[in-house]
Amino acid sequence: MAEPSILSVKGIETFYGAIQALHGVDLEVARGEIVTLIGANGAGKSTLLMTICGNPRARSGTIVLDGEDITALPTHQIVRRGVAQVPEGRRIFPRMSVFENLQMGAILADPANFKSDIDRVFAMFPRLAERRDQRGGTLSGGEQQMLAIGRALMSRPRLLLLDEPSLGLAPLIVRQIFESIGRIAREEGVTIFLVEQNAFHALRLADRAYVLANGRVRLSGSGKELLANQEVRAAYLEGGHA
Amino acid sequence: MGPRLPLMLKDAGLTAFVAAALGIFIVGFRTVDMGGGKGLGFDYHLVDLLVAVVVIFIGRLGLSMAANGLRWPAIVLGVAMIVAGASPMKLPSGFLHWFVALGGMLLVIRAIWPWASDAMGAAARTPSGLALGRAGSKWFGWLLLAFAVLLPFSPVADQKTMDLGVLILTYVMLGWGLNIVVGLAGLLDLGYVAFYAVGAYAYALLSTQYGLGFWTVLPLAGMMAALFGIMLGFPVLRLRGDYLAIVTLGFGEIIRLVLLNWFDLTNGPAGIGSIPGPTLFGAVFAETPPPGKQTVSEMLGIAFNGNHRLIFLYYIILGLALITNLFTQRMRRLPVGRAWEALREDETACQALGINPTNTKLTAFAIGAMFAGFAGSFFAAKQRFISPESFVFIESAIILAIVVLGGMGSQIGVVLAAVLLIGLPEWFRDLGSYRMLAFGLAMVLIMVFKPRGLISHREPSIRLHPAGSGGGG
Repeated sequence: MAEPSILSVKGIETFYGAIQALHGVDLEVARGEIVTLIGANGAGKSTLLMTICGNPRARSGTIVLDGEDITALPTHQIVRRGVAQVPEGRRIFPRMSVFENLQMGAILADPANFKSDIDRVFAMFPRLAERRDQRGGTLSGGEQQMLAIGRALMSRPRLLLLDEPSLGLAPLIVRQIFESIGRIAREEGVTIFLVEQNAFHALRLADRAYVLANGRVRLSGSGKELLANQEVRAAYLEGGHA
Repeated sequence: MGPRLPLMLKDAGLTAFVAAALGIFIVGFRTVDMGGGKGLGFDYHLVDLLVAVVVIFIGRLGLSMAANGLRWPAIVLGVAMIVAGASPMKLPSGFLHWFVALGGMLLVIRAIWPWASDAMGAAARTPSGLALGRAGSKWFGWLLLAFAVLLPFSPVADQKTMDLGVLILTYVMLGWGLNIVVGLAGLLDLGYVAFYAVGAYAYALLSTQYGLGFWTVLPLAGMMAALFGIMLGFPVLRLRGDYLAIVTLGFGEIIRLVLLNWFDLTNGPAGIGSIPGPTLFGAVFAETPPPGKQTVSEMLGIAFNGNHRLIFLYYIILGLALITNLFTQRMRRLPVGRAWEALREDETACQALGINPTNTKLTAFAIGAMFAGFAGSFFAAKQRFISPESFVFIESAIILAIVVLGGMGSQIGVVLAAVLLIGLPEWFRDLGSYRMLAFGLAMVLIMVFKPRGLISHREPSIRLHPAGSGGGG
């Protein structure tokens, strides 16, 4: 890693009541990288992403964003420091129009940038421009995912956290979404931390990757290395390239 | 009429039988004091019961006809009932005429409803219909406003009408205030009347104890109520949905019980009387001026008329309600207002966008409470007497019903629902204790025909294209 880390997670332990979900997870994300976290259902991927956002809070360990300890900050304070989140299940506002959803994404941003930001989002996802007065709830699943990503970009994040963007989408749409994520990283220079079950697409896209199993980091390496790794192939890639 | 007719007749007969069996004890007879020490006797009302059972039989038959597509026979039955109700036929009570005619009207409405809703739906889907609908809802608001402003000058503006107007506008204002909390921010508040009470007592106490005037206390009362909103909000706003509703319900009761029992401050159940009314540039509305004051009729050099005070109150509450509305409309366009609406839809997503949910809810709660406080001090100034009796749970329930039936978040919907729910029981006062039937009936009808409220369409706070050309895709 030539660049300094933008996100550094050390020894994170998270509990749901008495049940321990994360057992001392360490990971680093460098500026400008695409880092993915793959793993089976229940491995703790989403928990880790949510812990970075402060909900649930880590019981021990530290989370450092650009040199600042954010472990104890409430979610909205973390977001204000330039971390945007595309939550699992998209969570767009169904009764608001596409345009209003994007406006909500820019609620903390400088209004002076609004016009250029929304033009950039519309250029990246022309479908959203076509449907800007339509209610969010009436969009297709893929369009809703584009909207969720676009909404997150409206805050001009330094770090974009994506939780299973391929969930419940058709294979063709999944490919489009992953292409857009790649463009966001390369063209916009946004650092990306991606949690995925769709290991094939995620590993092909990522610069580096971590494999999480039972709340512990099991493997890490470059996307290509893990894609070729026997253990990864057996556990996460059998059953085809969805 | 096909083979279904015997089935329908059987069904209607069964319904009538059940009605008769239930009604015989409620309507059929009652015990009366015979007088002169002769003890109790029965007073039979079998004709009433018979009429009711016949109406129920015909009504049920008509409803099943309408449901099975036999619209014309149902309409004929309905019209026959209306004619029978309106005819000078001798029935034991005037209420029975109403009962028969209303039953007929409901039947006719039910029978033509599918046509009407199909036709309206088809018309609304055409492009010109869409444009018309948008323009219509815009103009409708202005028309209502013009009507409200001009009402006191119209010939129908007698004391009764103006009283009713003030009452309805008070509930419109309360509805608009609660709409911020329930309709926009999606926080179910069952104790809204508590803030109304805080505003009312703030004015009552400050004016009777310290001699402060209405216009001085009005902002203070609003601030007091907002403060109470924040006090309640801090501990409870991390609760969601049902839990929040229960806690607000409890808070409403606590305030009422404190008012009832804190005798030294509030005079308990006896209430606070001789609260001064609002003044116009320092002049009071009275026939003879109190010492050191001037009456409005002296100041303006016009003859005294008891109605002037009512008209003045009417314009005050109209102004207060309009301020509430304008404020809400303005807030919806600001980040905090948009955050309210987003919070109603998805709290987790809001946190992910960097919105502080606690602060956002707290502002909604405090602002909603503030408007209830304004309305409360107006109420105290209008009634000139308040007691805890005026701030019972049913008031919260009615205000909430206005918001929900109006269509959560719709400003015009609140007006329509307030007119229906407050106006109807007043207009039907002639029906005596049956007037609450009209109230219940209005609620049931709205929920049956408009389950998402009278105005369920949400107007976006921002539109990119001029009205009429949008919505493509």
